[in-house]
Amino acid sequence: MSAAQDRLPRLLALVPYLLARPGILIDEAAADFGVTARQLRKDLELLWMCGLPGYGPGDLIDISFDEDTVTVAFDAGMRRPLRLTGAEATALLVALRALLETPGVADADAIRRAVAKIESAAGQARPGGVAVGLGVREAEGTARVREVVQSALVAGLALRISYYTASKDEVTERTVDPMRVLIVDGRGYLEAWCRRADGVRLFRLDRVDEVVVLDERAAPPPYAEPTDTSEGLFRAAPDQRSARLLLRPDARWVAEYYPVEDVEELDGGQLRVRMRYSDTSWIVRLLLGQGGEVVVEEPAELARAVREQAAAAVARVDRHLAAT
Amino acid sequence: MSVARAERLVNLVLCLLSTRQYLSAEKIRGIVPGYSDAPSDEAFFRTFERDKTELRELGIPLEVGRNRVVDTVDGYRIARRDYELGEIDLEPDEAAAVALAVRLWDSPELTGAAHGALLKLRAAGVDVDQAAPTVVESKVRTTEPAFGPLLAAVQAGQAVAFDYRRPSPVELRERVLEPWGVVSWRGRWYVVGHDRDRKAPRCFRLSRIVGEVRKLGKPGTVRRPDDVNLMAFVANTSGEPARSSTASLWVADGRAAGLRRSSRVVGQREVDGIAGDVIEIDLNYPDTAAGWIAGYGADVLVLDPEVLAKSVRERLLAAAGGAL
Repeated sequence: MSAAQDRLPRLLALVPYLLARPGILIDEAAADFGVTARQLRKDLELLWMCGLPGYGPGDLIDISFDEDTVTVAFDAGMRRPLRLTGAEATALLVALRALLETPGVADADAIRRAVAKIESAAGQARPGGVAVGLGVREAEGTARVREVVQSALVAGLALRISYYTASKDEVTERTVDPMRVLIVDGRGYLEAWCRRADGVRLFRLDRVDEVVVLDERAAPPPYAEPTDTSEGLFRAAPDQRSARLLLRPDARWVAEYYPVEDVEELDGGQLRVRMRYSDTSWIVRLLLGQGGEVVVEEPAELARAVREQAAAAVARVDRHLAAT
Repeated sequence: MSVARAERLVNLVLCLLSTRQYLSAEKIRGIVPGYSDAPSDEAFFRTFERDKTELRELGIPLEVGRNRVVDTVDGYRIARRDYELGEIDLEPDEAAAVALAVRLWDSPELTGAAHGALLKLRAAGVDVDQAAPTVVESKVRTTEPAFGPLLAAVQAGQAVAFDYRRPSPVELRERVLEPWGVVSWRGRWYVVGHDRDRKAPRCFRLSRIVGEVRKLGKPGTVRRPDDVNLMAFVANTSGEPARSSTASLWVADGRAAGLRRSSRVVGQREVDGIAGDVIEIDLNYPDTAAGWIAGYGADVLVLDPEVLAKSVRERLLAAAGGAL
């Protein structure tokens, strides 16, 4: 939505907002509306010119400012905000219900009360048309890890974890300063400052093999930024290589599961994609597991590595079968 | 939106809220500042139509009617009870739940709607601190290009057509759907509705929609049956039975950390002169396990069961292509 389209809803909400908060700081009001203090002043000046038919001094909205604060003296009948639209009520209520499903969310009771109050205030707005099931499949061990991680977050303590890195197929020990638990696409992650990597990292909870709460304050550096999840959890790193892959129909899931680029639909349900990778051993493992359903078109070294390792593995299987 | 237009619309809302009588367009033209500038009748009516549309799009309930039987044209008013958000007062823990809910969406459409709701709650006097730190956060993304058009069609009650790729058997064809809702299940989005060709309810995965979503017919013609549970629909059709089984593998020393971490070592053994462990591993999804194990190539040998050993060998053989 553009800034211009946002303006009318904001103008209609401003008067009741200010009525509920006499003498509020302009900066605070601007922050609540997500605009600059300058823009908020412009909005107030505009509202000052609006009012009831007659449009005399006693009919116009009256707002008194001083240096930093603002108070509504006459509201011209705009005492309450506009009711929620169906889309607004849906976006909020569906999100609240999804929170209820989030493993480890502390206050389920408060969420249920909030849902009931918003439903009743929203009235007849026909909700629906959107449903969310997080469907988190959390194994027992993962739930235990999450509980320990959460207790450390609440207590503000650092953690020592054994973590399995799939891209390198190795388990490493790390000391981390936990920031939050994130649930994305049905999976739980620990977002933390990793002292070993010297950066913010997301650790899949189901890949944390061991976790110990340390007797030491968690201290993520002030410049540790939470991950922006809007574009997906994983970013292409500048040093990554890329492979051109042909996915047969049975391997199309690869394009849905891993981030790929330059997707090209081919005949017979095949896809051509470009996939980035940092670690050759990781992509070789992926490709070996897909049998002939993924064909490496580029680079040639990768195609050769897959063929050779597959051949070596088959030879080993056959020697073993011959011997038994 | 120009200042003049924003001012005119606010005045129009205040005017229609303050009247009990229906006001005709002509009357409004004479009362509300801004309309008198229209150079012609045609220009006025064009502007007035646009303004009405804008108010309706914001969810403002514009009533149309006549005061007396003898009136020859329709008039307009806004009923305060339909306009105003009901009383709502949230406890701090409920407001915290709302703040968390608004942050759930990583979606231009749903984030915008949730923020719209938040704006109105704040205008109703509720204090919601969005920056409050949280321990667990869920995120739901909408990255598929089909999401926006489908949500819009669901909310408008409009039928759609799109090309859909089914993976097996491979098929790409047009589907015509009366959409009832969009559903996120385990991080994947689906659209559920009445499939006009199949004459039955169907659900489609958004990531398999190819190209544009086309609108069909008029808005307001599709109505979701009241008894339909969108979530049950999707969760039922994508259910996968978990059949757990145990496999016995040989794993070369120091290799295949990903397999080792979820297994038990039950013995030692040499294969082709290479030292390694015999491990036992529980496999929840035997079908995908073959791909996972094959990925480790010659570092792993399936000892038991035979069916798994065969399926791994087949994959490796296919991946070896002409290299044998």
